[in-house]
Amino acid sequence: MRFGPLVVTFLTGTTLIAIFFIPHHAAQETQSVILEWADVVYTFALILGSIALWMSHQKKVFQRAEGWFYSAVTLVALTGVTALGVVQGVSGTTLVGQIYDSVNAPLASTMFSLLAFFIASAAFRAFRARNVEATLLLVTAIVMMIGRVSIGEFVWSGFPPLTEWLLDVPNLAAKRAVAIGVGLGAVSTALKIILGIDRSYLGRA
Amino acid sequence: MSHDVGTWIAAILTLCVFSFLYRDNPLYRFAEHLFVGASAGYLLAVQYQNVLRPNVIEKLQRGQFLAIIPLVLGILILGRAWERTSGIARWSLAFYVGIYSGIAVPSYLQAQIFAQVADALKPFAPGWGAVSSALVLLGFLSVLAYFFFSAPHKGVHGIAARLGIWFLMVAFGASFGYTVMARVSLLIARMQFLMRDWIGILPGA
Amino acid sequence: MAAEPNGFWRRVLAIDRRWIFVLIGVGTALPLLFPVNLPVTPSPRVQAAYNAIEAVPEGSLVLMSLDYEPDIMAELQPMSIAVLRHCFRRHLKPIILTLYPAGPRLVEMALAIASEAEGKRNYDDYVFLGYKSGNQAVVLGLGENIKGLFPRDFYGAATDTISLMKRANSFADFPLLINLSGSTIADYYIRIGASRYHRPMILGATAVMATDYYPYLSSGQILGLIGGMKGAAEYERLMGIVGDGRRGMDAQSLVHLIVVILVLLGNAALFATGGLKRRVGGGA
Repeated sequence: MRFGPLVVTFLTGTTLIAIFFIPHHAAQETQSVILEWADVVYTFALILGSIALWMSHQKKVFQRAEGWFYSAVTLVALTGVTALGVVQGVSGTTLVGQIYDSVNAPLASTMFSLLAFFIASAAFRAFRARNVEATLLLVTAIVMMIGRVSIGEFVWSGFPPLTEWLLDVPNLAAKRAVAIGVGLGAVSTALKIILGIDRSYLGRA
Repeated sequence: MSHDVGTWIAAILTLCVFSFLYRDNPLYRFAEHLFVGASAGYLLAVQYQNVLRPNVIEKLQRGQFLAIIPLVLGILILGRAWERTSGIARWSLAFYVGIYSGIAVPSYLQAQIFAQVADALKPFAPGWGAVSSALVLLGFLSVLAYFFFSAPHKGVHGIAARLGIWFLMVAFGASFGYTVMARVSLLIARMQFLMRDWIGILPGA
Repeated sequence: MAAEPNGFWRRVLAIDRRWIFVLIGVGTALPLLFPVNLPVTPSPRVQAAYNAIEAVPEGSLVLMSLDYEPDIMAELQPMSIAVLRHCFRRHLKPIILTLYPAGPRLVEMALAIASEAEGKRNYDDYVFLGYKSGNQAVVLGLGENIKGLFPRDFYGAATDTISLMKRANSFADFPLLINLSGSTIADYYIRIGASRYHRPMILGATAVMATDYYPYLSSGQILGLIGGMKGAAEYERLMGIVGDGRRGMDAQSLVHLIVVILVLLGNAALFATGGLKRRVGGGA
């Protein structure tokens, strides 16, 4: 049951490529409708993800596995916020909006802020000048860390222009090559998918 | 000190997450699981309000029955949740993957490949800027040489690839320096929240 | 008993990481409590972004896409406030949207601060369209029919009844695009807005992403780049305002110094204990 989906991929892919070159409003309207449908599919994919999340935590709760209480917290939060959001809406004045401001936002920010501690610890333990390449990386990182903050100018007036030069010359050169490499990879992968050469997204036969 | 209930909840949850820095503990695990459930629930609610309701439910209510197509595609993707029905999800996946593969081909070619190659081939800057321009071109070609794995990195190709690695190391060093800056910024913001918005000891509280 | 050679350095290498955490925490908190107000010098790329907004004629529309969520708002919210205030001071008319589901709350907060500081009003001086799902699909749609994508603004008003929106139909109506983003949404605006529709564009990005966009600066696909909290601080300096960007720079400086000292200390300890020779030189 793979031939039909392969045809769908081919038709949708070639249609979207063709629409890029057709400025007529009918073509652009068609693109808008197709993209709107894709957004609906994406929403159902999120629902699928939530079902998977639910199933994995529900199993732990029912089996009273280790940590089942925390799984129950996840299930209650998932169900409660979804139900409230569907019924009342999600703007700032709703209960979900207030839950977002007091729970989601601070938790997300704080989880990410932990990285500051771990990056310092990891830099101390693992950042070693073992060879030429590692030394280059280390020296550049140190120059960047000092040069891009206010104190850099006090340490040495040459730090800011040096950091700008590092960004504008070697960084630019390498990132340009990476960007082109990524672009070539993306185009070749996309073409392989459209032409049915790469079928990995369909899963096992 | 703040009298706002929401601020207190946010502060307590922030401290629960920071407690992980000492060691893993029930408070952190509670906050972590709450975050997972509340985030997933919020995302679902937002997608329902912004996608499903206007693009499917309200359209069907208005008699625009073309909206059945994305609804059916969405329901098909839910088949992925169970082993026996996972095959039917291929139609939705094919539709979604085909669309974004089609969009990727011309846009990557135009913006990431042609534009960057054109900029790489422009004349050198005048005066001493020519040195930097030459270095950018040299770095760009040498990094491309490194990423060409179809031929062994020997001889001239090997020398170019080695030079490319050095340019990459400088670029990664710059990225690392910026990454440290990014992570520290997140920590600064959480500290500002705790000390200014919650406890009120910062200037400007 | 004689002290073990290199005992001090071995103890340094074996230090509990929680002491490093304490150092980082104190290094962040102290400058916030006792600010020194180190000067901030704008970099050329941030100056270029500032100049790009200065060059837009007064009264023009600008399209602003503010795409970030609370996890990265520390870097992008100060930037948004500073750029919004700049647009308002220049009497530009920002049409603002967000492609992140949790974005509207943050954009509302930024608009409240900026509009109050500059005395601007909703609908007269700016329009907030709100959130639209679809990322790349939305950016493509902005190139053709904005009011079709956003039939209502964030507050529920029909966009075809808003006077500012009468001249906002597609990318072509905006002399400048401003994208402040913490994700690949920046790539969509560059590929579609700047490259396909040839719109002048400035970009604000998190520090993690900023170094990746230098090729687009060189090619002219973006005119200016504001990177991270430092970029926000530089923009605030150009605006002559003090926001969370500038307030955080003292702490940023101290923590960076601490990290650099830790890295140098770790390498010194490794050399002192002969670790590098054992690993590289094939010693005993």
